[in-house]
Amino acid sequence: MHVSFSPRDEAFRDEVRAFFASEFPSELRQKIDRGIPLERDDYIGYQKLLHARGWFAADWPVEYGGTGWTPVQKYIYASEMAAAEAPDVVAFGVKMVGPVIYTFGSDEQKKRFLPDILESNVWWCQGYSEPGAGSDLASLKTRADLDGDAYVLNGTKTWTTLAQYADWIFVLARTNTDVARRQEGISFLLVDMQTPGITVRPIITLDGEHEVNEVHFEDVRVPVGNLVGEEGKGWTYGKVLLQHERTNLAGVGRSKARLRKLRNRCTEPVHGGQPLASDRNFMRRLAATEVELKALEFTELRTLAAVAAGKAPGPESSILKIKGTEVSQAIDALTMDAAGYYALPFVPGQYVDGFDESQFIGDGKEALTSLHYFNNRKASIYGGSNEIQKNIVAKHVLGL
Amino acid sequence: MDFSLNDMQAMLGESIDRFIANEYDFETRQAHAASERGFSPAVWQTFAELGWTVVPFAEADGGFDGTAVDLMVVMERLGRGLVVEPYLPNLVLAGGVLKRTATDAQRARWLQPLIGGERHAALAFAEPHARYGIGDIRTVARADGDGWRISGDKTYVLNARNAHDIVVPARVGDPSGDVGLFVVERAATGLEILDYPTVDGLQAADLRLRDVAVGADARLGAGDDALSVLETVVDEAILAVCAEAVGILQVLVDKTVDYSKNRVQFGVPIGSFQALQHRMVDMLTGLEQTRSLLWWATMTYAEGGDDAKRAVSAVKYQVGTTGRRIAEEAVQLHGGMGVTWELDVAHYFKRLIAIGRVFGDADWHLDKLAG
Ligand SMILES: Cc1cc2nc3c(=O)[nH]c(=O)nc-3n(C[C@H](O)[C@H](O)[C@H](O)COP(=O)(O)OP(=O)(O)OC[C@H]3O[C@@H](n4cnc5c(N)ncnc54)[C@H](O)[C@@H]3O)c2cc1C
Repeated sequence: MHVSFSPRDEAFRDEVRAFFASEFPSELRQKIDRGIPLERDDYIGYQKLLHARGWFAADWPVEYGGTGWTPVQKYIYASEMAAAEAPDVVAFGVKMVGPVIYTFGSDEQKKRFLPDILESNVWWCQGYSEPGAGSDLASLKTRADLDGDAYVLNGTKTWTTLAQYADWIFVLARTNTDVARRQEGISFLLVDMQTPGITVRPIITLDGEHEVNEVHFEDVRVPVGNLVGEEGKGWTYGKVLLQHERTNLAGVGRSKARLRKLRNRCTEPVHGGQPLASDRNFMRRLAATEVELKALEFTELRTLAAVAAGKAPGPESSILKIKGTEVSQAIDALTMDAAGYYALPFVPGQYVDGFDESQFIGDGKEALTSLHYFNNRKASIYGGSNEIQKNIVAKHVLGL
Repeated sequence: MDFSLNDMQAMLGESIDRFIANEYDFETRQAHAASERGFSPAVWQTFAELGWTVVPFAEADGGFDGTAVDLMVVMERLGRGLVVEPYLPNLVLAGGVLKRTATDAQRARWLQPLIGGERHAALAFAEPHARYGIGDIRTVARADGDGWRISGDKTYVLNARNAHDIVVPARVGDPSGDVGLFVVERAATGLEILDYPTVDGLQAADLRLRDVAVGADARLGAGDDALSVLETVVDEAILAVCAEAVGILQVLVDKTVDYSKNRVQFGVPIGSFQALQHRMVDMLTGLEQTRSLLWWATMTYAEGGDDAKRAVSAVKYQVGTTGRRIAEEAVQLHGGMGVTWELDVAHYFKRLIAIGRVFGDADWHLDKLAG
């Protein structure tokens, strides 16, 4: 047993590291360092930069414009991106609908949609959840009824992340209600957000941000050519997508970067007073979280080693999402606790370009720490809640 | 042994409950929080008219001669209603100092109108460098002619945005001097108030005092042990916010159980899943354990028991740990709804998190308990 990467992988790591060190745009760096939220164009510019380097579609096969990287290379790439505190790419196009299209779509769909995803010309959003169908996604009610050359879409999707930016949405809708299993009547449709009959209503989250939406469809005509694969097979395609969602879901790299920063800050005086290191209870909690994270890192590496050796990922992969979100939420809490009273001002307005710094409350990003903590409660809720993950482990791993 | 409320306390509690049920639903609360001053002056007047603002004060001051238990009754109810009106900063904090230290003339000028609801006040109990240390004060008041000149920085001064009068603790003479307490009126030159809303819908401010001149009569309780007054007031305030927290936790447990009975997934209410039932049992257990510590601490404090300080730290630690866990669970079990601005649960959660750190977080109080 050993844990070092091969010389080739190390060379690759140095290449990725050098790229992020020298090519990552300084405007974005500044925004991130000052806690200014990234906007649509920031993401698009960043993704175009990655694409120019040939790295944007890290997980795609070469024939569709992907990298053809080994699992280890993908791991290294994601780790370096996180260590550099570069943002994740927006998942909906490149990590979600893209793989569904190149796996199940027609040649025409591949030609029509994949290039725009690769070049970040089109922003996608994910229309799965509904007000009545969250954990129990198969109970979804949005209907797509065939009428001539189009499906007529009616229903409501909710929690749709960044739908306000989206050009297209991929939707799971019911095309047949007369089926033995609820999953069987569901189809996978690609829908242009400009189609008449679509309304997007913002949902404000507890941190005051506009990140999710309700998307309402009223008699929206979707050309039959926008059905992916076969009618009624959408559930199977959607599940494939969830497997793609599962790569790098532990967020180890990001958690490592955040804990490292927090620990570095611990020896500095806080607002001219004692350093955090003088608070032993805090330091013990920090250390305990570091231990959890180290364990998680090795759990992830064990999965990686299995996959790299051509084996199916073992039970350890199922626990990555649960533990990964627990650890990231523990880091949110520690970071907020580190800020003391300065975690409490609700001053999102000071994290914008050109804010008068003499009016700044707290140092740097302290007032954002609680907002991040509040916002990231979502991590254990979305993408299959941690309770649902545990049900899956109980059933499929433990055979209960 | 008797853990029941007396008639007066029961009546007080019921009248606040009634007010909240009839006139203070969540939408109203949100509107008050988002209004110009961050609370409703009309509601504050109602509090004064109904006699709730006099609870923590002596009969001689026109008060109710309330004990720590009476204050607990009030604060738990205000917690349940998620009330934003500044009961704590006005009456428990600033009022707590004034009632212990003010001369007759000072009472007439600052305390009476405060109790009457005509003036607002604040206590600047925190400094940026001090984390949660109450006595860790660098602000200095230097004698200047008859009066004083005060310089220093304060943070998280609750209600400073609306306060006419701010009680400012400062070292007298030089940075190693004794602690003194001074009233700075908001118009004072050299006082800069950087106010902000807080994540839990309240109002606070950072203060920059630069050679702020106040008269001799601005000093409260000269000759008293001002630091010990300050510590006592903060202990009372800790009990008050812990009572508020118990009210909040009660609501979070109730709302979560209720939601789990009504939210259907997989064809059944999610409350029928044993995995979630056990989680809600843990929430309830945590709530009752917290309430027990609150009662112990409040009674011990009211009776002046030897371990009053330990009791105060114990319940504060519990709110910071168990309370936080209960609130996080409430959000988790509400699924996506739990993280929306629209739902009251998220706002109870945020207030609970803020309470978890005001006057010291769990780490801070565990350290005191560890000795
Ligand atoms: C910020 C955010 C962004 C999102 N983005 C998107 C998006 O872009 N597109 C999209 O389609 N969806 C999105 N979602 C939706 C997300 O996938 C759902 O919120 C999630 O599936 C949970 O569904 P729910 O909110 O309806 O909760 P519910 O399913 O009602 O669950 C409520 C609680 O019950 C628990 N529970 C439910 N069933 C069981 C069970 N059988 N056993 C034990 N416990 C159970 C849950 O774990 C949860 O704690 C997003 C959600 C959030 C919060």
